[in-house]
Amino acid sequence: MPSPYLPNTDADRSAMLGEIGVGSIEELFQDIPERLRHAQFNLPSPLSELELKKELSRLASLNASLDNYACFLGAGSYRHFIPATVEHVIGRSELYTAYTPYQAEVSQGTLQGTYEYQSLICQLTAMEASNAGMYDGSTAAAEAAIMACLITKRDRVTVSTTVNPTYREVISAYVKARDHSTETVELGSRLPADCACLVVQQPNFFGHLEEMEIQVRKAHDIGALFVAIVDPISLGMFKPPGQYGADIAVADGQALGNPMSFGGPGLGIFTCRQKYLRQMPGRIVGKTVDAEGKPGYVMTLVTREQYIRRERATSNICTSEALMALAAAVYLATLGKSGLRQVANLCYHKAHYAAQKISRLKGYSLVFPEPFFKEFAISCPVAPSGINQVLSEERIIGGLDISHIIDNSMLLCVTEMNTRQEIDRLVEILGGS
Amino acid sequence: MSHHYLLPDISQPGKIGCSLPDLDVPPAELPPKDLLRQQLELPEISEVGLMRYFTALSKLNYGVDTGFYPLGSCTMKYNPKWHEDIARLPGFASIHPHQSEESAQGALQLMFELQQYLAEITGMSATSLVPMAGAQGEFAGLLMVKAYHRDRRDKARKKILLTDSSHGTNPASAVMCGFEIGTVASDSEGNVAMKSLESAMNEEVAALTLTMPTTLGLFDPQMLEISRLVHERGGLLGADGANLNAFLGRVKFGELGYDYVQLNLHKTFSTPHGGGGPGSGPVCVKEDLAGFLPSPSVTKSGAKYKLVSTPKSIGRIANFYGNFGVMCKAYAYIRSLGAAGLKEISEDAVLNANYLKEKLKPYYHLPYDRTCMHEVVFSGRRQKAKGIHTVDIAKRLLDYGLHPPTVYFPLIVDEALMIEPTETESKRTLDAFVEAMKEIARDVEANPEILHTAPHNTPIRRLDDVRAARNPDLRWQMRS
Repeated sequence: MPSPYLPNTDADRSAMLGEIGVGSIEELFQDIPERLRHAQFNLPSPLSELELKKELSRLASLNASLDNYACFLGAGSYRHFIPATVEHVIGRSELYTAYTPYQAEVSQGTLQGTYEYQSLICQLTAMEASNAGMYDGSTAAAEAAIMACLITKRDRVTVSTTVNPTYREVISAYVKARDHSTETVELGSRLPADCACLVVQQPNFFGHLEEMEIQVRKAHDIGALFVAIVDPISLGMFKPPGQYGADIAVADGQALGNPMSFGGPGLGIFTCRQKYLRQMPGRIVGKTVDAEGKPGYVMTLVTREQYIRRERATSNICTSEALMALAAAVYLATLGKSGLRQVANLCYHKAHYAAQKISRLKGYSLVFPEPFFKEFAISCPVAPSGINQVLSEERIIGGLDISHIIDNSMLLCVTEMNTRQEIDRLVEILGGS
Repeated sequence: MSHHYLLPDISQPGKIGCSLPDLDVPPAELPPKDLLRQQLELPEISEVGLMRYFTALSKLNYGVDTGFYPLGSCTMKYNPKWHEDIARLPGFASIHPHQSEESAQGALQLMFELQQYLAEITGMSATSLVPMAGAQGEFAGLLMVKAYHRDRRDKARKKILLTDSSHGTNPASAVMCGFEIGTVASDSEGNVAMKSLESAMNEEVAALTLTMPTTLGLFDPQMLEISRLVHERGGLLGADGANLNAFLGRVKFGELGYDYVQLNLHKTFSTPHGGGGPGSGPVCVKEDLAGFLPSPSVTKSGAKYKLVSTPKSIGRIANFYGNFGVMCKAYAYIRSLGAAGLKEISEDAVLNANYLKEKLKPYYHLPYDRTCMHEVVFSGRRQKAKGIHTVDIAKRLLDYGLHPPTVYFPLIVDEALMIEPTETESKRTLDAFVEAMKEIARDVEANPEILHTAPHNTPIRRLDDVRAARNPDLRWQMRS
């Protein structure tokens, strides 16, 4: 069967070989030693589009799609409403089949879209500067820790014990790669005087809202930077990092218009104070003018980047998550001022409704006191694994089992996607188990 | 057409781009006021206004669907449309990374099989799908190199050797892993200068990172000799797999002597580049490194697929398991081609590149005049002598509705023009490109001004990069 993706005909190939002056395509591979250029490949036989679509739909159907379940899972990946505008914009092939915008004159769509993204993220976080996006929240946090080391010329990173455990692992992998050190600290305790930064998550991994101003002061008192990891949806309701004095603020942007997709692609939101702009990792888009004085956009401050600065670059990052950043921009522009507030409010009130009802059940209690936003940990009378089993039979995906951190506990997440009926049903089943 | 307004310019109080439900539960008490946000200034735009705005933006962009995109080293091939639909199936897009393994068996099976296919395609033993782009794959590879030597208590190996034609990510990744950099020179044929490697390759070297085919688009015939030398002296050999397209279905990195290779699914396996991501940068390794792979990977026990971590793993380098949405598309690509289909790809990719090489050789300086692989590197030095730089040639190509090649890379070629046509371009397209390049070469003599001031037919003219960097304007601001 001819491949639909190879436009050359056999006649084209012969003509081209003639122009090159060789008798066969094989001759073009002659620099490769004979015994190395005929490797055997054990791969499944090819399938047509129709057959493979069927096979992949079958594989997809083996997964519990949350479109068919009530879901109370969060812990770093979130089910939020995605307005139709998002998919339709990022589905335009002029945007999704483009490369990184090195040729600015034919990439103004990507570039202006990124400028919008940077602007919207600054508005959302109240931070002064945003880059064009990183891989995900965890690597954004890791790069923030490294950036803090570069700025302070210190090599000790402190991370709050209440930061998402996977984020802590990723931060540690990146920091230790550079032969720097990381340690976790209780937020009540003293910081090592020579630490480069304090990393705190808001709301923290367990959903609880920390007192950020106190922590910022503590970091600044010893000349360390303060790195905040935030939930972007929470900023529709809660104080943004720029207002409590964060030097660098990062987030996972999946919640802003991107599907969960089994955990990726996500989006690493990365922002900082203007004065640290030139130490920031990743792409940055800036506004300028063309030869006729018309406004336009280019990738800028490129002397921070690997393709110019090589081993002296601020990071190795190259291809990142540009399309997810565009999705986030479309999401924020679609919801706008009132919409984001509404989504945050729905999350907050529904989560509190659920928490109140659950904490009244016999044997259940909230692990941490209020305030919280959309996630909260509950202590259960029996092992959460068993509870989740029962819930799953009722087409409900329960919370994350965190018994390895806190005995018999589960981390629940409630968003605008959860109806009152779903919450009531959850409470009913928990009460019966 | 140009586009002079931004989102705040079309914002109108009270507007919104979608409808949202009302609260269906009794409201809870609000938290203390000092935690709450006062001001939130975001644009307010109706759905139609928003779609018009972003549609207008998309029209200012050039993608693979628009036309020829011969960016060397980037493998901008056509992205099959139905692969997009696959990644958006609810059973793939609407699944939570923390949901139980039993409820995600289809996703885990896809990942497990993709791990195996990629190991098979590269001739390696194991694959990690975790790295989210090529540079992170390099980072993972080098962390494994570091862990491997540490595990053998070989503490002296602090250096990574790179060739002088390497990608910028290579040294940047090495530094992120705490390594020093050593450079190996290329010889006049574009191959590794064996004397240079011979003297640099000592007991301080942890690994040599060698892109193959090289970034000059050439296969180094000394490949096995290089591999032998590196291994004899206790080092590892790593590949930046950016150029795998030349090897598909034909050559295995494992058989060339490589210990690990980092891939770019968004290049070789036809997943779209998205204007700068999402990518996916799996790393495939030989048995000796398999224990160090990033966590987690997928195994099969009995009929069940599971996420596991190896005891010596370099740990977590991503929030979850990598860019699953991208993996779905690459999986579809491999399954739709099979071994024979993959071989056809490398054949047409190499044929197309050699055809361009022959056709353009009379007009542009070809620094390494030998059979190339999937890409060819020219130098604009003849044109430079007439006062025209590679950037002018690139900008003039835009006037022909063509995307320019990669320019000024690799660094060892003066005024480099690195052309990678890929297999998804027809002879007809290549001929149109050749015609444009010939006319440009003629204009260098006859009408240089048109090159200096190019592009002329694009939505916007040449942009002032210096101004952008000197006075950074990186955002708009909206205040209430």
